Formats: sequence, C-alpha cells, structure tokens
Amino acid sequence: MNIALLTSEIAVLVLGLLIIIFDVLIPRQETHRSLGYIAACGVLAILVHSMTQYGAAATVYQGLFVVDNLALFFKQLFLAATFLTLLFSVEYVEKWIQNSGEFYALLLFALLGMMVMASANDLITMFIGMELMAIVFYALVGFELRSKKSSEAGMKYLMLGAASSAIMLYGMSWVYGFTGSLVLSQIAVKATASPAMLLGMGLMLAGLCFKLSIVPFHMWAPDVYEGAPTPITAMLAMGSKAAAFAVLIRVFLIAFSDLQEYWATIVSLLAAASMIVGIVVAIWQTNIKRMLAYSSIAQAGYILSGLLAGNVAGVKGMLFYAVLYMFATAGAFAVSTAVKNHNGSDEIEGFSGLAQKSPLLAVVMTISLLSMAGLPPMAGFVGKLYLFTAIADKGYLWLVILGFVMSMISVYYYMLVVKTMYSKARDQQEFVVRGSLQVVAVISLLASLFIGIYPGPLAKLANFAAQALW
Amino acid sequence: MNEWAYTAAFFIFAAVTVASAVGVVTKNDLVHSSLLLALCFVGVSGLYVLLQADFLAAVQLLVYNGAIAIVFVLGTMLTRRSIRHGTNHSEADAPSRLIGLISGLFVAVTLGVIATTPWNYSSAGAVQDTPAVLGRLILTDYMIAMEVAAVLLLAAMIGAIVLAKGVDEE
Repeated sequence: MNIALLTSEIAVLVLGLLIIIFDVLIPRQETHRSLGYIAACGVLAILVHSMTQYGAAATVYQGLFVVDNLALFFKQLFLAATFLTLLFSVEYVEKWIQNSGEFYALLLFALLGMMVMASANDLITMFIGMELMAIVFYALVGFELRSKKSSEAGMKYLMLGAASSAIMLYGMSWVYGFTGSLVLSQIAVKATASPAMLLGMGLMLAGLCFKLSIVPFHMWAPDVYEGAPTPITAMLAMGSKAAAFAVLIRVFLIAFSDLQEYWATIVSLLAAASMIVGIVVAIWQTNIKRMLAYSSIAQAGYILSGLLAGNVAGVKGMLFYAVLYMFATAGAFAVSTAVKNHNGSDEIEGFSGLAQKSPLLAVVMTISLLSMAGLPPMAGFVGKLYLFTAIADKGYLWLVILGFVMSMISVYYYMLVVKTMYSKARDQQEFVVRGSLQVVAVISLLASLFIGIYPGPLAKLANFAAQALW
Repeated sequence: MNEWAYTAAFFIFAAVTVASAVGVVTKNDLVHSSLLLALCFVGVSGLYVLLQADFLAAVQLLVYNGAIAIVFVLGTMLTRRSIRHGTNHSEADAPSRLIGLISGLFVAVTLGVIATTPWNYSSAGAVQDTPAVLGRLILTDYMIAMEVAAVLLLAAMIGAIVLAKGVDEE
C-alpha cells in the first residue's frame, strides 16, 4: 500500500475543505471572489504536480485503485476542465449565486469524485466515485436559488439520476452474482456469455449511457443543461461526461472485453442514434445552452464510437477527442457566460453584435463551434479523423459515413450562431469582460488551433495513455 | 426437518417482501405506502438472516426501518396532514398501464434469466463473526471507497443545507 499514489486526490479534498473554512472566515459583506482564484490556483498546482506521476503504474489496496497512465490522463483532463471552469465562473458566481464558498467547494468535491472514477479498478470504488460526482452535481444544478428553471433542473436531474444509478447498481449486482468478484480483471477471467452476465452488462451500459447522455437516455440533458448555472453546465459537458467515459473504457475493455461481440452492435447503434438525434434536433434550438446540450449528445456519440475499435487506436481517438472537446466546450461556455453576465439571457439572439462589442470573444466562439463541427484546421477535424480511421479498420464504415454526413449538417447550426454574432448589434451597451474569463477564452482558442495544426504531442500522449490498458 | 423449516421460512419472508412491495406501489395513501415499505425491509432482512448475513440483517433493520421509514412517515405527517388522502396517485390511466406492462415484461425477463443461467455455486461456508471481518475489510481493502463515502456525505450535507436554506431576502 502506497499512500503517495493518492496525493492528487488528497490535495483536492484538502483544497475543498480549505475553501469552506476561508468562506467562513471572510466577512459576509466582503467579496468572496478570492475563493474562486484560490481554488483555481490550487487546482493548477495539483495539475502541475500530477505531471510527475506519469510512467508509474501501481495499484493501492489489492488492485482496487489503480494509478496508471490512462487514469492520470483523465485526471489531468478533469483538473484542466475544473481550472478553466473556475476561472471563467468567478464573475458569474458573484452575480447570480449567493453561496459562492459552497459552490467552489462542491465543485472541487465533484472533481474528487471524477478522479476516483478514473482510478477505480473495481465496481464499488467506481460506483462511490460516480455517486460523489453525481450527488454534488444534483445540488450544484439547483444552486441558482433565484431561478425557477435552475430548481426544476436540479429536481429533474436528481430524480432521473437516482433512477439511473439504481439501474446501474442492479446491473453490477447481476455481474457480481454471476462472477463472484467486483474487481474488473477478475470479472474478465470469469465472464462467460450467460444470460445473467448479459443482463448485468446491459443494465450497466444503460446506467453509464445516462451519464453520457447517449440517445435514448438523453431526455434529461437539454432541460438540465438549460436550467443549471452556466459553469455547471460546462462541467457537466466536459467533466461528468469524460469521467463516465473513463469508467466505460475500463469496464468494457477490461471486464467485458471477451463479450465484445455482444455489446458491439448495441454500442454502434447507440452511437449512431446519438449522432443523428443530437445534430438534427439542435438545428431548431434558440437557446444557446440547449443547443450546446444537443451538440454534446452528438459529441458523446462520436466519442462512444471509438469504443467499437476495441484497441489502442480507438481508445487513443476517444482520449484525444475528449481533450479537444473539453477545450472547445470551455471556450463556448466562457463566451456564453460573458454574454449572460452582460444581458442576463441565454438566447442565441443575445449574441447579436458580439463581433463589434468584443471581437476576441466572437472569434473564440467561432473557433470553438467549428472545432466541435470538425472543420479543418481546428482540433475537431483531427479528432474525428483518429476516431473514424480506428473504427473503419474494424468494419464500421457505415458509422463513419453517417458521422461524416452528420458533422457536415452540424456546421449549419453552428454557423447560425456565428452569423448572429457577426450581425448588427441591437444595443450600444459597453461590453465588459473580466480578465480571468479572457484568459480562458484565449487558452481555449490557442488549444483548439494548436491541437488542430500540430496534433503530434497530444496524439502521442493519448497513445501512451491508451497503452496502459493492454 | 431443518431443511424443511428453512424452505418454509424462505417462502414466508419472500412472500412478505413481494406482497408489501406490490402494496407500496398500489396503495393510495402515502403513509400506508411507507409503512408497507417498512414491512418490505423487514422481509428483506429476514432473507439476509437466512443467508447467514446476520450483521447485514441487523443493519438493514436499524437503518432502513429505524431511520428511513420512520423519517418518511414523520415527514409526511408534518408536511401534508390535511390532504393526506390521495397523496400517492395511482389511477388506472394509460401511462400507468403501460408502466405495468413494462414492469411485467422486466420481471418476466429477469425470471427467464435466473432460470437459464448456469450459476456457479460457492462452496465456501458461512463466515463466523461477520462484523470483525467486515470491519477489517472496510479499513483495509475498501478504505478508499469508505473515505470517499465520507466525503460524499459531507458534500451531500453541504448541498442540502444550501438548497434548504433558500434565498436570503435582503
């Protein structure tokens, strides 16, 4: 047993507790903005520290908690996502949310849950990590207490999320009942294609697909994304999804790898349905958060398709795409946050004239959206290329063609937003943007372009991480 | 004789569990539903005893009956005393019939799966003195899960307090 492997998790927990204590110490009437910056600096420090952990594949406690390159890659993804979210949320929290200290602390606890999920090598640790993340998000979605939509979204997420957790737990109990083990590698040894095993696997897939908002388990996503405070919507899209993918990759490629012929067809249909529904329905959305919610459903479909390859190339594509989607989402939501802070609305109409008022933000939004659509030279193009070549090699050409056609259609509604931004301004109010939000916007812009033009380093890192599974 | 008593006990507990679970869904009054839920928990803990999981059975009784069911009844009493009747709607309208059909199908599938699966029966005997073994496992192998569960409770408490406190009207 080696506690040193847990340093990142312990540091995140301590940071969260410190935020709660500082929140009490700062007088009520003073601004609590500093808490957001303290949290962001702490997360950045932990991100830098985690770089030192690469290469060491080790387990704690009988292999129930594994720290390998794959887990580390996901942890850094979560840390980066939280760092960006914290930076662009400071002004939003000050303006719309009363309990800022608790907001930041809970966000860090959600981060802890995700990190545990990425390292979990058995079903119990995985489930507890997932519940920690989910329960924090149930609360955070409803955190905008003055907004009815936020409370409604919190309620919906709680109900549906609890049901999905129950379904997944039921699936786990079937798997445990048949194999007699909770550790993924031992499940793999004992798994045979018996009815009980397949039922358990199907129920677990359904529970995970809910977290990933894969069609047909996506019904909650548009409402929850719309009602939640914008930074939380961003975290749901970047963090919660990536964490569920971390679990999905480990469970399906380690524990259920011998049963691939049984799950491959279902997964390919789920991925295809997500791409179609996510992209077609997004066309009619007038609210930016709803539009991004449907877009995130489609993106989850793209990432899920990488699982079908079942090899290093497929996982590498998934990891690569998760990172570039994280940067694109951070950019898009940072700009949405700025617009909401400016005129208090989430409608796409509210973006009109953004190009005149704040050219930088308009460019960031354009690049982020086009990166999601997959146009070269943005990162999304390379990401789709990796995913599609990986699954085309395994004979899923129909899915590749579908994904290609759908991403062409998606350009249309992303361009609608761009068109609105470059149209004439409706009002002449001055547009003020806080420095930290601009930093996030610039980071996202540079990352989307850099990864798109020079994908080598990230691809190498993703490949290195993916090899940890085999 | 022993075998016979064991089987009889199993079927009695199973019948109690299933019947009260059906009652939870079909009863029209929230308080009746929650009391039946408590009965259902008793049935489940009886099944645990038959599986020689004595500690789990005790915890099930203490936590689910002693805490959750009672809090549920108290909560109902304190909040909607006057309009209690019909608090748990279950009219025979189309959606609930559809739900019944789906649930029935699910039960059928589950029973089919249980019947057709070649189960591996464990040859290990029952563990004596379960609390000591459980305690050791929780503080060694499953320590991370336990610590994370502790954080989970803290986070849930913070979130619940913030949401329950509501907006300060200034």
